[in-house]
Amino acid sequence: MSNKYAERSQVVRIIFLVVCVLFVGRLAMLQLFNPRYKELAEMQSLRNVTQYPARGFIYDRHGELLVHNEAVYDLMVVPSMVPKGFDVNYFCRSIGITREDYDERLKKARKYSSYTASIFMKQISKEEYAKFENKMFRFKGFYISQRTLRIYDRPIAAQVLGYVGEVDQGDLDRDPYYKRGDYIGKSGLEKSYEEVLRGIKGKKVMHVDAYSREIGPYQGGAFDTLPIEGANLYTTIDADLQQYAEELMANKRGCVVAIEPATGEVLAMVSAPTYDPNLLVGRIRGKNYTELNKDLAKPMLNRALMGQYPPGSIFKVAQSVVALDLGVITPGTGFACDKSLVGCHGHPSATCVREAIKMSCNPYYYHVYRRVIQQGKYRSPQKDSQYGLTVWREYMLRMGFGQKLPIDLPRAGMSKGNIPDTAFYNKWYGKEKWSFSTIYSNSIGQGEVTVVPLQMANLAATVANRGYYITPHMVRFYGPDSTRNEEYYTRHETGIDRRYFDIAADGMFDVVHVAGGTGHRAKVAGLDVCGKTGTAENYGNDHSVFIAFAPKDNPKIALAVYVENAQGGGGTWAAPIAGLIIEKYINGEVARKEVEKQYREVNPCQPLPLQRRVKKVKKRR
Amino acid sequence: MYQERLKIDWWTVAIYFAIMLFGWMNIYSSCYDEAHASIFDFSRFPGRQLIWMGLALLTAAFILLTEPRVFSNTAYHIYGIVLFLLILTLFIGEEVNGGRSWIKLGSFKLQSSEFAKFATALAMSKYLSAIDIDLKDLRTKLITLVLIAIPAGLIFLQHDTGSALVFLSFIFPLYREGVSGVVLVVGAAAITLFVLALLVNKYLLLGALLLLALLYLFVWLNKRSSRDYWRMAGIYVLCAAFVFSVDFVFHHVLESHQRERIEVLLGQSDDLRGSGYNVHQSKIAIGSGGLTGKHYLHGTVTKANFVPEKHTDFIFCTVGEEWGFVGCTVLLVLYCWLLQRLITMAERQRSTFSRIYGYSVASILFIHLFVNIGMVIGLVPVIGIPLPFFSYGGSSLLAFTMLLFIFIRQDASKNQLL
Repeated sequence: MSNKYAERSQVVRIIFLVVCVLFVGRLAMLQLFNPRYKELAEMQSLRNVTQYPARGFIYDRHGELLVHNEAVYDLMVVPSMVPKGFDVNYFCRSIGITREDYDERLKKARKYSSYTASIFMKQISKEEYAKFENKMFRFKGFYISQRTLRIYDRPIAAQVLGYVGEVDQGDLDRDPYYKRGDYIGKSGLEKSYEEVLRGIKGKKVMHVDAYSREIGPYQGGAFDTLPIEGANLYTTIDADLQQYAEELMANKRGCVVAIEPATGEVLAMVSAPTYDPNLLVGRIRGKNYTELNKDLAKPMLNRALMGQYPPGSIFKVAQSVVALDLGVITPGTGFACDKSLVGCHGHPSATCVREAIKMSCNPYYYHVYRRVIQQGKYRSPQKDSQYGLTVWREYMLRMGFGQKLPIDLPRAGMSKGNIPDTAFYNKWYGKEKWSFSTIYSNSIGQGEVTVVPLQMANLAATVANRGYYITPHMVRFYGPDSTRNEEYYTRHETGIDRRYFDIAADGMFDVVHVAGGTGHRAKVAGLDVCGKTGTAENYGNDHSVFIAFAPKDNPKIALAVYVENAQGGGGTWAAPIAGLIIEKYINGEVARKEVEKQYREVNPCQPLPLQRRVKKVKKRR
Repeated sequence: MYQERLKIDWWTVAIYFAIMLFGWMNIYSSCYDEAHASIFDFSRFPGRQLIWMGLALLTAAFILLTEPRVFSNTAYHIYGIVLFLLILTLFIGEEVNGGRSWIKLGSFKLQSSEFAKFATALAMSKYLSAIDIDLKDLRTKLITLVLIAIPAGLIFLQHDTGSALVFLSFIFPLYREGVSGVVLVVGAAAITLFVLALLVNKYLLLGALLLLALLYLFVWLNKRSSRDYWRMAGIYVLCAAFVFSVDFVFHHVLESHQRERIEVLLGQSDDLRGSGYNVHQSKIAIGSGGLTGKHYLHGTVTKANFVPEKHTDFIFCTVGEEWGFVGCTVLLVLYCWLLQRLITMAERQRSTFSRIYGYSVASILFIHLFVNIGMVIGLVPVIGIPLPFFSYGGSSLLAFTMLLFIFIRQDASKNQLL
């Protein structure tokens, strides 16, 4: 049969050749004309590992560490990398979750993306992680990413320090620096100094294998960047004073702001009720946040900045210096205590400004304010009042009222207070439908005037400085180069003569030290405390207010104390608390243990009306 | 008796060397690990493959030094021994993944099915080269079929479907020796129909076939006899029956993993984590290589274990990823050259035995090439058989070496043999 079919060899040759050509064609398709495979290869074999920098620490003014970090671990998952035969039960047992929980979490991760990593379980403590660390290699598709959480050794200054939380959609839209799951300062200093504290994230590009184990840096780490640690904040807070003031304000609603007058540095800022900042850290935050948010007393609110209250009688200090500077009164001007004009308590008539402050005479300030508002420049009382109000408002703004003081805390939610202008009353009553007689309540810090507690403390500091203030601030400097904000080193002049502030300071000295003064409870043995009480009328009980500074010459501390709805006036509650804080700060130790005990534990505040009761009242009407 | 000088076909030997060395380089790369970079670490695949290569070369030398007639004389003996080994494997073989195809010899394992290929080639060549044999006889056809079917069946019983399929390669030598070309056409038609039956609606397919048949009868054929009608009707009925049986075979005869692999190939299933994973990953590895590849030892997909069996059945991925389109093409050219050269050599044989054996060698290598590379680049369903001379594996390297060098030995003294 030999070579009868020799020509068939050609058929075989062609079949062999065709297959080889076909393969080359297919390879060209895969390798030359389809860039997708390159991307897929990179996507699955490279992992961008974010290197989170440690967040900067926060110190108090004496270098005591207030806020630092603790390592926690996030368990990450790449859903598509979890193999088909994955031993879910073993995994669940190892990390201590239920099967349903596992399904739920994986579903969530898959919803985000099957091919990129997302957080499976966050903030696992070091102790918990240690329990399954040695088993991680068996959990294909899962890996660990280290993060840090805030930790507070002393549970103080919660609203000032603020808290850190996961970024929300708004943060992601605003700043491309943030990626889903990143942390950001949400309030307080954590928010206002976010860019200082956060540092700069680093990146490592790692080769990973099919089991998502890291097998080495990509191209020898050529694309890696090191994280830059967050800078430390050195705050103006005096931790001991802050804690002491918080203890005094326990069981009360209100706030305390203490400032070093010469520098504008805030020594303490208390908003009561407060909470332990450790509550808003880690996995417990969500639950605690809801709880705190439900509280009618609003513990997360920083009343010192966000509250606006009628200033009450403390405003008389400001009224005095303005009127004196305008020349509408002289230091020796006296007015009779005519209770038909405005209510007052029993005291002899004031014969001079100093006495008026000491006795806090309401009719006196009715006259003072009338002279400020109606200066007789125009015949029409309405037009005259417009002029007077404008002049008066200028002074008040220069003293820091009616505006957000540029303190280095988040401006969102901060109150401006209200120093009404002509437009305000024109809108309220109609153009030229108002005059002094309409707005006289402002004279004693009632009416349309409202101020923010920080502004009250700032007023105390302004009197302490005899005519100027430095913007109150929370941070002295930050970072390795001790960067400081120049704004906080410039004097803001009120433009009012220093002599008039001396008179106001004398009056405030008398308030505490002279018989008949309303603030004698603020007296501290051996210290010349200057203060002014206020009792701000309000729905419910009056607010108890006190501003003070001490010592009278070269003052070291100026402060405002505000106790909401207290039973009793400024002299009853706010003054003694202010006295104790001054004593603590200047003497370092409070000798009057009995007094301290008396004010520390008592709750003078009228309970907040419950929603239900309010409804009942409405029904009865 | 005068001894003619051996005329060894050095080109073939050179291609063999080139493929084997290139293969070893890729095995080394696919298992590359900086901590274990030594090529003489015999606990790892590259080191072990070096030993196998040494053994393969010794075997090749030994074969070249033997008398050429030894192989035709002992063909049936070898065939018998291999059949015995295959049966033995069924009983004492080590069980791996549900199949028994390995015999353990000390620390080395032997895959008997690899040796069945050249043994069957020898036996078939011997049988068909006898003086009184004519392939037109039904008896001859049947005996040939049985010779092929016995080892194929035994291997099938070992659950090594891939290796069993390799025995289809004997279609080529049989075709060359005179079996009707219809065999090839029917084979191709069956595969086409099988694929179409899974992809297209069956009735639509039958309608299209009917249209084709009518076109053939009334447009293509000029003179029509009633015989043509009957023949066409018969073919049509057979096709229809085949189309309907595909469903049955697909769902009831094939095992689920085989079914899934076919579905993946046909694009009907894209379970990239399950049955589609292997091919998806091998396509990523090869596709990401681009024109010139990621350079030797710098592959990422293969080395990071995304590709399974990266040093054995999927070794071509490493070529694709690290050597790119250029490397792949060079390797394919080498194989294609080898195949064409083997046909040339077969055609110049003076003995029928040598020619049939030569065709068998070329065809067996071709089927391996077709299935292995076709699988890796997603043209053939996943069937695990090695790339000749290239994949890691002692049994396959030794068996392929024997297969090839027995033919080279025959060729070297072709003038002596009749």
